[in-house]
Amino acid sequence: MADNIKLKIDHVEMIYEGRKGKTVALNGVDLDIRENEFITVVGPSGCGKSTLLNIIAGLNKPTGGAVYLDGRKIEGTGTERGVVFQQYALFPWLTVKKNVMFGLKLNGKSDAEAEETAMKYIKMVQLEDFVDSYPKELSGGMKQRVAIARAYAVQPEVLLMDEPFGALDAQTRTQLQAELTRTWQEEKKTCFFITHDVEEAIILGTRTIIMSARPGRIKEIVNIDLPFPRTQDMKMTKEFLDLKNKIWGEVYKEYLEVRK
Amino acid sequence: MDKKNSISERIPQWAWVLISLCVAILLWYILSINPKTARSFPFIPTIFEALKTVLDRGILAEDFFSSMLSVVLGFSLGFVTAVPVAFLMAWYAPVRGILDPWIQFIRNIPPLAYVPLVVIAAGVGRKPQVIVIWLATFLIMCVTIYQGVRNIDNTLIKAARVLGAKDGDIFVKVIFPATTPFILTAVRLGVSVGLTTLIAAESTGSMAGMGIRIRSFSGSFEVAPMLLYIIILGIIGILCEKFIKFLEFRLTGWQERREE
Repeated sequence: MADNIKLKIDHVEMIYEGRKGKTVALNGVDLDIRENEFITVVGPSGCGKSTLLNIIAGLNKPTGGAVYLDGRKIEGTGTERGVVFQQYALFPWLTVKKNVMFGLKLNGKSDAEAEETAMKYIKMVQLEDFVDSYPKELSGGMKQRVAIARAYAVQPEVLLMDEPFGALDAQTRTQLQAELTRTWQEEKKTCFFITHDVEEAIILGTRTIIMSARPGRIKEIVNIDLPFPRTQDMKMTKEFLDLKNKIWGEVYKEYLEVRK
Repeated sequence: MDKKNSISERIPQWAWVLISLCVAILLWYILSINPKTARSFPFIPTIFEALKTVLDRGILAEDFFSSMLSVVLGFSLGFVTAVPVAFLMAWYAPVRGILDPWIQFIRNIPPLAYVPLVVIAAGVGRKPQVIVIWLATFLIMCVTIYQGVRNIDNTLIKAARVLGAKDGDIFVKVIFPATTPFILTAVRLGVSVGLTTLIAAESTGSMAGMGIRIRSFSGSFEVAPMLLYIIILGIIGILCEKFIKFLEFRLTGWQERREE
């Protein structure tokens, strides 16, 4: 069961050729992600974590190595991999419902089918009172909920999230973290979640990847063995604080390294 | 905005239009009885007499339709050429590299300056008028739409792609709606430029038209009909603008807009 590898990141390398010479964004990253794992990724800016996410999404092509989904090499985007962006990326000219229906309609669902599925996921993120609102009428937290519902609606096997709560205030962030773990428990998916926030990485993740910068690579992988359902109270337990100290220590060393 | 003037805040918008109109009429009246300016500013009753005269002679209708035909033809040509050129410039660097400097160059020349050139090239009659308006409206609309296409948020395209959108879907479902506000702004500016270029366009030796008639009235010191024509041009301009603003409100109400 443990060997059920969903995503295989195989020696992925990303080198940008710029005017000032080469920049190595990712230097041979290897990682096996099992089905329904919740991977959280922390690391200083410039460690290539977003680049890695974009490569898994198929938005960027690595200069070396490859990513395999269920053993098949990833080339380009695909609906089996959903993405939630930090800047929400909702279509401002569509209502909440139409935004969630967007991917469903593209994949050949009829209006009625798409609407039914969309409503299910809008309910899941508790926005049923806002189905006909436009994004401009929503708060940041609500927009991100719509983006999560939109990603879930096309039923991807893998959900990639690039600092989705990074632009939100602390209360909203905590609330969305709780909702996301609940959603993930209701409908298990393989998740790859980038964050700056060590607490967030622990409370959400089953494994946390610490990345280092210049060149970007995986520094350490920490198993998060806290039981589910995760609650905010857990943040006071010894296990949590130990993990936090350990991860934060590693990340902080990397921040210092980048500052040099 | 200013808090101290609370009375002015309580006066509704329509009342301000009325007040503004009264102030203008008062000012006009003063100009019409001041011996120094009386000749240039005949008052309202004289203008109505002039209106009756030009209607009786049948020249107002003739001038109006001639001018509108030139504006509509020139603007339509400007629009159908500006849209594809703007998109090509936004997407293909070589097109941008070759066209952009010239668009900027010609855009800053007053149309009146190149009218003689157009007449030499295209002869007299309707053709040079349409060409001048075409050129002027094309330039302003091309620049506006080009900026709009360039400013499309790239994450929206990425979001569509990961939801399964192909290139064609991205054009129809993302780029087209995302540029609609800029296209409408371009139309508004284009209509305005079309009307303001009219006088220059009609100096190509046309037989009838609002612009050329103003010149001939001026030549024979017929001030009242001249003022009447100027007012009519202003009214046409403001009606067009209001109509397009209404379209903008209906079609792009989803936009996050700042208070005006």
